[in-house]
Amino acid sequence: MIKLVPRTRSSRSLVVLTPVVAIALTVLASAILFAMLGKDPGPAVLATFYRPLTDHYALTEILVKATPLILIACGLSLGFRANVWNIGAEGQFTMGALCGGAVALAFYDVQGYWLLPLMCLAGVAGGMAWAAVPAFLKTRFQTNEILTSLMLTYVAILLLSVLVHGPLKDPEGLNFPESRLFHDSAILPLLFDETRVHIGFLIALVVVVVTHIVLWRHIFGYQIKVQGEADRVARFAGFVQNRIVWRCLLISGGLAGLAGVFEAAGPVGQLVPALPTGYGFTAIIVAFLGRLHPVGILFGGFVMALTYIGGETAQMEMQMPKAVTSVFQGLLLFFLLGIDFLVRYRVVLTTRRRSAEG
Amino acid sequence: MDMATLTSIVAAVIVASTPLLFAALGELVTERAGVLNLGVEGMMVMGAVVGFSVTYESDSHLLGVLASAAAGAMMALIFGVLTQLLLANQVATGLALTMFGLGASALWGQSYTGLSGKLMGNVDIPLLSEIPVIGPLLFRHDPMVYLCFVLLVAVWWFLTRTRKGMILRAVGENHGAAHALGYRVVMVRLAAIMFGGACAGLGGAYLSIVQTPLWADGMTAGRGWIALAIVVFAAWRPWRAMAGAYLFGGVTVLQLHAQAMGIEIESQYMSMLPYLVTIVVLVAISHDPTRARMSAPGSLGKTFFSTS
Repeated sequence: MIKLVPRTRSSRSLVVLTPVVAIALTVLASAILFAMLGKDPGPAVLATFYRPLTDHYALTEILVKATPLILIACGLSLGFRANVWNIGAEGQFTMGALCGGAVALAFYDVQGYWLLPLMCLAGVAGGMAWAAVPAFLKTRFQTNEILTSLMLTYVAILLLSVLVHGPLKDPEGLNFPESRLFHDSAILPLLFDETRVHIGFLIALVVVVVTHIVLWRHIFGYQIKVQGEADRVARFAGFVQNRIVWRCLLISGGLAGLAGVFEAAGPVGQLVPALPTGYGFTAIIVAFLGRLHPVGILFGGFVMALTYIGGETAQMEMQMPKAVTSVFQGLLLFFLLGIDFLVRYRVVLTTRRRSAEG
Repeated sequence: MDMATLTSIVAAVIVASTPLLFAALGELVTERAGVLNLGVEGMMVMGAVVGFSVTYESDSHLLGVLASAAAGAMMALIFGVLTQLLLANQVATGLALTMFGLGASALWGQSYTGLSGKLMGNVDIPLLSEIPVIGPLLFRHDPMVYLCFVLLVAVWWFLTRTRKGMILRAVGENHGAAHALGYRVVMVRLAAIMFGGACAGLGGAYLSIVQTPLWADGMTAGRGWIALAIVVFAAWRPWRAMAGAYLFGGVTVLQLHAQAMGIEIESQYMSMLPYLVTIVVLVAISHDPTRARMSAPGSLGKTFFSTS
């Protein structure tokens, strides 16, 4: 008979090992998936998961896609640790792109080094404002933040669409629903020539370090951890719960907004209705893949970025639909959550006793 | 307003509300058993694609509907195994289920995009449909509308009037106590989760078989999430879930008719309405904290782990 016994301390080696096992299982499951779709699984798996790692341009694309994922996931991980479930990062990302992009368009053709920082500020403010709504409703009316933040995501995406169809539309365009292309001062500087890797990646790295410091060297990080693991203790310790909720949502909203500006002022270079492509949702997986730990999130961001590139490869070379990426991502999260119990519980084989007992 | 307009508006509201009600009823039972499954959207969209494809291939609506329920239940089983047997976090697993469902449905439906299916016709109930006013309003709909109402009554009856329903609620209110009384918490929950999945699948099938007989990627468009909001709105009670579903269905129809009625407004603003209404309603019901706490199942979203 199999029995689960909770571990008093979670196993450190397993904490690191399980994401690796989950990735391996995802690759295996993808091979089966490819076979079921009538593709030769061996070359398909290599093309999807391995070849991007050997190709110089694909590697830089991984950095491009990992940037928003890491930024958003770092913010979300703080909230998730405190049981604040901001599921609406996608909407905050969209609002960040919209506000930052609106600043870029308002100063169209005005050159100056101040413009990019101003856009970033606007984007962070936009993301924060969008996250402030669930924070306010949660602290004032105890409204569930999962549903409100998610509903606001749909509103944000529609708002982007209506503005790009209207006031922000390119006046010289052929009536396409897209803004002007941002001018030079509103485009993020590139880190490497002939790639799309922009300076935002460095900022994502800085955010990883800062998140680490906040979590282990700052009282706020401590409050978050106590709040998440024992909210009664947190209350007795005098931590103001509402303040934690506000901060978690504002930080995650602001970082998602920043990721949005970076996307608009980086790889995309203008505002289009299709700007939000699901980074806000994927970042949730990144946060879990990285075990809500900043360094883990850094690696999780790279792995998820790889599934994007792999999905695109599968799309182009094997005529698979775009959605194959979210299948990879969903599978990865399933496996990760599934084997996670090994970290928290020991599996013990017991000799069969009186079976009526169970 | 003449009779024909009224009938068409009521019919439109029913068509818009039925998928929401299917999904909300399923989730309601799941949550009453103490499980928060955020994967409704993923189960719905799988139900939609499987329902459409099976109907298309077999030319039988019945098979399509059954297959969609089975698909939803299988999706829910993934969630059940992860959260009940492997004790995974319910919020994260539900999100994974939605993501996986949106992707897997697009894969499954790749070759069905753009095809149009056979419309499910309305069935006039003999005698009742002949009643003036009420007859055309209530008794001339497609079979799934009737099924949905049967399901509503069945869920209400099961939860409030049967022993098994009481056990399910006990498991949801306090899994420790239910376990101590000898009820099999995990089995009850797995059954509730799969029922929820089957209902979500039916809701999805309603979209792809009845509402618009075709398949489009992500055609559920957030309805699974609205169903989740309806359950909270309904304070976990079946009849209120119906009221909630019809409120949201009504808003959707209003949004479609606003332009026809000559209201000059961008369509996107109208499309925001259901989501904004959801938020307003959520605030309204959570405004009174004591009431919200009274009605939420006590063990909702908590992991059950038995040491004996």
